[in-house]
Amino acid sequence: MLTAVAAQLVCVAALLGIAVLAVALSRAKAATALVYGATLIVCALALIGALRALLAGTGADEIVLPIGLPWLGAHFRLDALAAFFLAVVNLGGAIASLYALGYGRHEHAPQRVLPFFPAFLAGMNLVVLADDAFSYLLCWEFMSLASWALVMTHHREPGNARAGYVYLLMASFGTLALLLAFGLLAGPAGDYGFAAIRAMPHAPGEATMVLILMLLGAGSKAGLVPLHVWLPLAHPAAPSHVSALMSGVMTKVAVYGFIRVVFDLLGPPNWTASVLVLSLGGVTAVMGILYALLEKDLKRLLAYSTIENIGIIFVCLGLALAFQANNQTLAASLALTAALFHVFNHSLFKSLLFFGAGAVLVSTGARDMDKLGGLIHRMPVTSVVFLIGCVAIAALPPFNGFVSEWLMFQAVLLSPSLPQWGLKIMVPAIGALLALAAALAAACFVKAYGVSFLSRPRSEAAANAQEVDHFSLAAMVILASLCLFAGIFPGLVIDALSPVTQQILDSRLGAQSHLPWLSIIPIAERRGSYNGLLVLVFIAISASLGYLAIRRFSSHAVRRGPAWGCGFSDAVPQAQYSPDSFAQPLRRVFGTLLFAAREHVEMPPPGSVKPARFSVEIHDLVWETLYGRIAGAVDTASKRLDRWQLLTIRGYLSLVFATLVTLLLVLAIWS
Amino acid sequence: MVVISDILVQGIQMLLVFLLAPLLTGFIRKVKARLMRRKGPSILQPYRDLLRLLRKEVVLADNASWLFRATPYLTFAAIWVAAALVPTFATGLLFNWTADLIVIVALLGTARFFLALAGMDVGTAFGGLGSSREVMIAALAEPAMLLIVFCVALVAGSTQLSTVANFIASSQVGLRVSLGMAMIALVIVALAENARIPVDNPSTHLELTMVHEAMILEYSGRHLALIEFGAFLKLLLYISLIACLFFPWEIAVFGAGPLSYVIGAAMYLLKVTIAGFLLAVFETATAKMRVFRVPQFLGAALMLGLLGTLLLFVSKSL
Repeated sequence: MLTAVAAQLVCVAALLGIAVLAVALSRAKAATALVYGATLIVCALALIGALRALLAGTGADEIVLPIGLPWLGAHFRLDALAAFFLAVVNLGGAIASLYALGYGRHEHAPQRVLPFFPAFLAGMNLVVLADDAFSYLLCWEFMSLASWALVMTHHREPGNARAGYVYLLMASFGTLALLLAFGLLAGPAGDYGFAAIRAMPHAPGEATMVLILMLLGAGSKAGLVPLHVWLPLAHPAAPSHVSALMSGVMTKVAVYGFIRVVFDLLGPPNWTASVLVLSLGGVTAVMGILYALLEKDLKRLLAYSTIENIGIIFVCLGLALAFQANNQTLAASLALTAALFHVFNHSLFKSLLFFGAGAVLVSTGARDMDKLGGLIHRMPVTSVVFLIGCVAIAALPPFNGFVSEWLMFQAVLLSPSLPQWGLKIMVPAIGALLALAAALAAACFVKAYGVSFLSRPRSEAAANAQEVDHFSLAAMVILASLCLFAGIFPGLVIDALSPVTQQILDSRLGAQSHLPWLSIIPIAERRGSYNGLLVLVFIAISASLGYLAIRRFSSHAVRRGPAWGCGFSDAVPQAQYSPDSFAQPLRRVFGTLLFAAREHVEMPPPGSVKPARFSVEIHDLVWETLYGRIAGAVDTASKRLDRWQLLTIRGYLSLVFATLVTLLLVLAIWS
Repeated sequence: MVVISDILVQGIQMLLVFLLAPLLTGFIRKVKARLMRRKGPSILQPYRDLLRLLRKEVVLADNASWLFRATPYLTFAAIWVAAALVPTFATGLLFNWTADLIVIVALLGTARFFLALAGMDVGTAFGGLGSSREVMIAALAEPAMLLIVFCVALVAGSTQLSTVANFIASSQVGLRVSLGMAMIALVIVALAENARIPVDNPSTHLELTMVHEAMILEYSGRHLALIEFGAFLKLLLYISLIACLFFPWEIAVFGAGPLSYVIGAAMYLLKVTIAGFLLAVFETATAKMRVFRVPQFLGAALMLGLLGTLLLFVSKSL
């Protein structure tokens, strides 16, 4: 009988085997169905294994393979934290494979996707399983490169090559930061096993450095502002099922890395660390959703909204750090539970929404919302599940997104017990920022759904859209049902998360699933409780009561006619509210400052018959101030150095001579 | 037996808000008319309007989807559930623990989400205008609302409305600056959320600055009746919320005798009447503001909420 961790490694090996098989088969017709079908089965098995390990709570399970560094070997370990993230990875992987069974048939060059898809999944599994710094970094790089190859699938489309380039740069930067972080963690002895790192005490200055490096390394992969710039370029460039994996799952692997190092390896934190994490998370949440609100490309909007959700998760982690630093472990486990619950939720609804965007892309050929509209009439199932995804991500009851935000606000409300003044003042302000982000998310998804699925079609393609295949629909329906399930039975999810908080913080929330009516009561009933199931039942009862009363007492007559619109009918669909015009009020409120947004109206002179023109100018200040300057400096430096490249032979010889003399001089002075 | 009386009290509560909501709106309209030296329609006019709308046929736009037809029921249900969970005349109702203050706010958010979507459904410029402005106002009102919740929850140590009301009704609270600030902030938020003057005008239909009314422009007949009813309920909900959080005097404690329920109900009616009167006076005395002044108005609520919360951090007794 295999141990749990060995079983997971066998699954990983199977995934790698599928990747090799895909290379061999890539030109065969049945390759798409074969590869995705096999991936689906392997991921489902790995999911079952991970869930068993998580729920059984048997403790850590380790294995050492004789590969990797000769004196170290490759350590792998399956504990509760790893099991939870493996469950998230493999659930996402399994459903993405199911979706791709249908969606993948539309791929023009399947050989560009098929080998890398299972390899990418294998890489994510390995990162979560790794138990020494060397394997961790190696698997991290493997995951990055596999996802880079997937981003470059449609490399001839405009913008995708640039997206891949920026992604590669940022991924290398992130790995560099991780490398330095692990170098610090290993200490002068250079022991790279996680067990040894965990056992070692870490000096405060060193711990702070590691935290900052982790924020740079894991944060750049997760998309923390201002390291997010690659994310909205790269995630939408990949095929939609890969976008779903990158946004819904890979960012979570980065969150895993952060939790593993900061909570598990680094030992008890300092409260100042939490200030850093909290403020970065708050800024990320609000900026991410504001970017999303101004976006009119559906997939880029979803990618920006991922940044927002990562911000929410990091705020929860920051709260957990703050409570942990003050030994308030129950509050810390509440905050950590909120973070993990949101990790799970976001992997569900973000995958769902990316699948929906993929379905729209397949049936209309458009990602630009200016060319969509009226899909609710043409794609009945997709429109329902996409709506569920929108409601869930907008944190509205009774769906799952609300539960994790509710838990987070309950954790924020415990902040008065923190002794530090900085935190006392900061946490409510961060709470208000998160409320702002939640309200803006609702606005953003009203826009996304209202413009693409409701209203009148804005193009021929949208007017003739067709519902997508059954595999894609099945994947989306499963995710939508999971969103509802986690929303109305949150106690089950919280109980499943308690082994993780037990492992990391040595404290857990009270068991929830046996509470009457399946309520959730995180701390005490006096403080606050929530029951998603009853809320749903009440809404259903009141809506049916209203419906029955109306059927009984009111007129049933319905007449169809042209839209009223105060008697002012818009002749062309282009005159409807567009993504830009919908965002206009919020752009004027927030964008003037944060995006240097300006509106220009060009009125023709009196008597002229030329049309008036209206244009909006928006600046991505992060890109322009930070990255633009760095890129400019690199450019200037390389131009200067360019002169040394084309010298005469005499010039080269004198250069070599001068270098030699200088080096000898240095040596002479040194010794 | 206890369960039956529990269900009875909860049922009375649901019925009470259901019956009282149109009356409140009728009362406010009457007072406003009298303040303007008009005679004004009867106080029962909202009921008649609702019945009249119910009898009329529904005119749907050609391209209206199922979402457009389902939204009135959904929003009405969400608002009604929220309104039934705010203690009016008694605390500790049977299902109070289902939802705390954050959930009630979020339920109203759900209602607004669907209404804003319905505004986009038909694809007219008016609908989009109303929806986009509605979500802007909501995006500003929601953080302010949450800070008010923080402020109140810090005083009472709970987000559970019954617990908060019982705590504030007890003698240990007294007069507090922070609660005063939270109350002013809540009034501002309530004005914005209910589309009242000075944020929006509930009685105009053809004005470019209108928000809520533009969003529901395409609705007619029974659908419009449900949406209007939802708006009446929401107004009553916010007034009940202000009464329950800041003036929970004589609110009946769970399990008290029938007499205290009667007193609680009478006091509740009195509080609603006073609030309605004050609202009418305020609306008569102020003018509507430009749409892009609203952020400053709501920003004031946000700042008051934040100040109130920070004051509580400085000292528990402020």
